[in-house]
Amino acid sequence: MSLAETTSAPEARARGPVPDRLRAPWEAKLKSWESLLLVVAIGIFILNSFASPYFLNAWNLSDATFNFTEKAMIAFAMALLIIAGEIDLSVASIIALASTAMGLVMEAGFGTPAIVATGLATGLICGAFNGVLVTRLGLPSIVVTIGTMSLFRGISYIVLGDGAFRGYPSDFAFFGQGYAFWVISVELVIFAVLAVIYGVVLHKTNFGRAVYAIGNNATGALFSGIRVARVKMILFLLTGLMSGVAAVCLTSRLGSTRPSIASGMELEVVTMVVLGGVNILGGSGSIPGVVIAAFVMGLVTFGLGLLNVPGIVMSIFIGLLLIGVIALPRLWAKLRGKA
Amino acid sequence: MKLAKLLTSAAVAAGLFAGPAAAEDMRIALVVKALGIGFFEAAAKGAEEAAGELGDVEIIYTGPTDTTAEGQIEVINALIAQQVDAIAVSANDTDALVPTLKKAMQRGITVISWDSGVAEDGRQAHLNPSSNALIGNMIVKLAADELPEGGDVAVLSATTTSTNQNIWIEEMTKVLPNYPGINVVGTVYGDDLADKSYREAQGLMQSYPDLDAIIAPTSVGIVAAAQAVVDAGKVGEVNVTGLGLPSEMAGAIESGASKSFAIWNPIDLGYSATMMAYHLAKGDAEAAPGAEIEIGRMGTITLDETGSAAMADPFVYDESNIDDFKSIF
Repeated sequence: MSLAETTSAPEARARGPVPDRLRAPWEAKLKSWESLLLVVAIGIFILNSFASPYFLNAWNLSDATFNFTEKAMIAFAMALLIIAGEIDLSVASIIALASTAMGLVMEAGFGTPAIVATGLATGLICGAFNGVLVTRLGLPSIVVTIGTMSLFRGISYIVLGDGAFRGYPSDFAFFGQGYAFWVISVELVIFAVLAVIYGVVLHKTNFGRAVYAIGNNATGALFSGIRVARVKMILFLLTGLMSGVAAVCLTSRLGSTRPSIASGMELEVVTMVVLGGVNILGGSGSIPGVVIAAFVMGLVTFGLGLLNVPGIVMSIFIGLLLIGVIALPRLWAKLRGKA
Repeated sequence: MKLAKLLTSAAVAAGLFAGPAAAEDMRIALVVKALGIGFFEAAAKGAEEAAGELGDVEIIYTGPTDTTAEGQIEVINALIAQQVDAIAVSANDTDALVPTLKKAMQRGITVISWDSGVAEDGRQAHLNPSSNALIGNMIVKLAADELPEGGDVAVLSATTTSTNQNIWIEEMTKVLPNYPGINVVGTVYGDDLADKSYREAQGLMQSYPDLDAIIAPTSVGIVAAAQAVVDAGKVGEVNVTGLGLPSEMAGAIESGASKSFAIWNPIDLGYSATMMAYHLAKGDAEAAPGAEIEIGRMGTITLDETGSAAMADPFVYDESNIDDFKSIF
C-alpha cells in the first residue's frame, strides 16, 4: 500500500506523487466516499419525508438521534483503531462491565459524579487491559478482544445474574434523557463535541498522521520514529474510554443496568465505521465519513421504523449497504482498470 | 452515483412494504420481545381477531429482531413518533423501557404491558396470562378430572427455591379439599434438569406403585416425567399433567402418557391485550385499582392494587387441539 492512499479518496492513488497536504483538490473531494455518503444520507432524508408524514418533526428527529449517538461515540475511537490496523470487539462488553460498576457504586450510596467517574474509569481500565495484551504481548487484537468480549460481560453476569440495578439518582438521567436546549439532547451535544475532537486529532495533528502511517506500514512507521506500540496503546485506551462514555449515556437513558445491556452493539459500531469509508484492513478513512455513516444508519432505522417495516428488513438493508460499500469501490477500480 | 441510485431505489422498495394507514382508525401497536417467535405470531393473530371484532382498530404488530431492550426502545420511539393511540408491550426488560414508555404516556399514548410486564410507573396496566390461584387450581383439576374415583398423585417440581412453582403448589394445596379422593402422596424436585427430573419421576413410580398421576408444574419436568412413564411401560396407569409447551408435549399426548396439560393460550393473550388497550385508549375503562375492563369473548378482568389483571384459567391442551398448537410454541 502506498502512502498516497492515506487520503480517503482511492482516486488519489492515480494521481501519482505523495501529496504533502491532506486536503485534496475540490474535484477529488467531490468524488470522495464522504460526498457519495452525504448524497445517500440526503436521499434517505428526502425519501423518509415523503414516505411518512411523521418524519419531519423536530421532536421525532430528536428521538431518532438516540438510535446512533452512543454507537457513534465509540465509532470515532474505533475508526482510529481500525485505521491503525487493529480492532476492538469488546466495546459492548466494556459497556456492560462499566454499567455494572456504576450500578455497584450507586448501590453503595454515591452520587452522580462518582457514578460517572466509575463508568469512565472502568472503560479506561478495560481499554488498558486490551492494549497491554496487544502491544506488550504482541497478540492479535481480534483474538484478544473476542476473549475480553466474553470476559467483561461474564463479570457483569456474575455480579448481576438475572437481577438488575435500578434506582439511579434523578440527576443522573441528565446524560441520556436530558436536553441541552430545545430538541438538542445532551447525547447529541456529546456526539458533536467528540466528532470535532476526533476529527481534529485524526486529520490535523501529528498523532493522526502517525495513526495512518501505522495502518499503512507499521514497520515503516517504526523506522520513521513513530512509537508504534505507544500510539496503539493510546488508541485502545481511547476506545475503552469512549465505551465508558457510551456506558454512562446508555445507562442513564435506560435508567437501569442489566448484564445484557448493549448486547451486539460491537458489530453495529464496526458497521458504522466501515460504512463511513474506513478501510477494514487499516490505512485509510476519515471522521466526517463516520459522522455521515452514523446519520445514514440512524435515518434508515428510524425511517423504516416509522413505516413499521420489520426489524429484519432493516438488518438486510444495512447489510446490503455494507456489502455495497466494500464491493463497489473495488468493482469501480476493476472496471476502470479494464477501460 | 450509481450507488446512490441503487440505495435510493432500495429505500423506496423498503417503503412499499408498509401499506397506507387509515387515519380515522384507532392504531394499537402490539410490541413483542422479538419478531419471528411462534408464541408472539400467535398473539398477533389474536390481536387481529380483536381488531376484527372492534371494527375501527388497526393493529401494528412490531418488535426488534433480537430480544434486547435497546431494540425495543428504538421500535417504541418510532411508534411514539407516529402518534399511535396505544402501545401494548411484552417487555424484554422490566426497567429499561420505563423512561421511553413514560415519554409515550406524556404524549398521550395509552401504554399497557402484557405477558412480560414493565415496572408500575412505566405503564397504566398490566395483563398477566393467568394468576397463581388459577394455575394452582388448574394443575390439580387436570389430574382430578381423569380420576373420578379419586387416587394418589405426586408432584414433580423444579427446584426447592423456584418461587413460581412453590407458590403454585401452595395454591394447589389450598384448593385440594375441593377435590375429595385426591391424595397427594409426595413432592420431589427435578431442578428443571431433564435427566434429574426423569430419575425423580422413575423414583416416584417405584416408591408409590399405585400412583395414578404425576403433576409437573414445569415445562422441563412434565416432558421428562412423560418420558419416564413411557419407558416404564405405565402409559394408561400413570397420567402426567401440569404445565408444558404444546411443541414439547405433542409426543406425550400422542403416546397417551399425558391426557392433558395446561399453559396460557397466546392467541387469547394477544386478543385480550388488544381489547384492554382499546378500552383504556377509548376512555370507557380506567386504569385504576379495582377497575373492571371488558375483554370481549374472554369476559371481564379486574385490576388489582398494582394495576395488574389476570386474564383467565390456563388453557387446556389435549389430543383435540394439540395439532393446532404444536407448531406455534
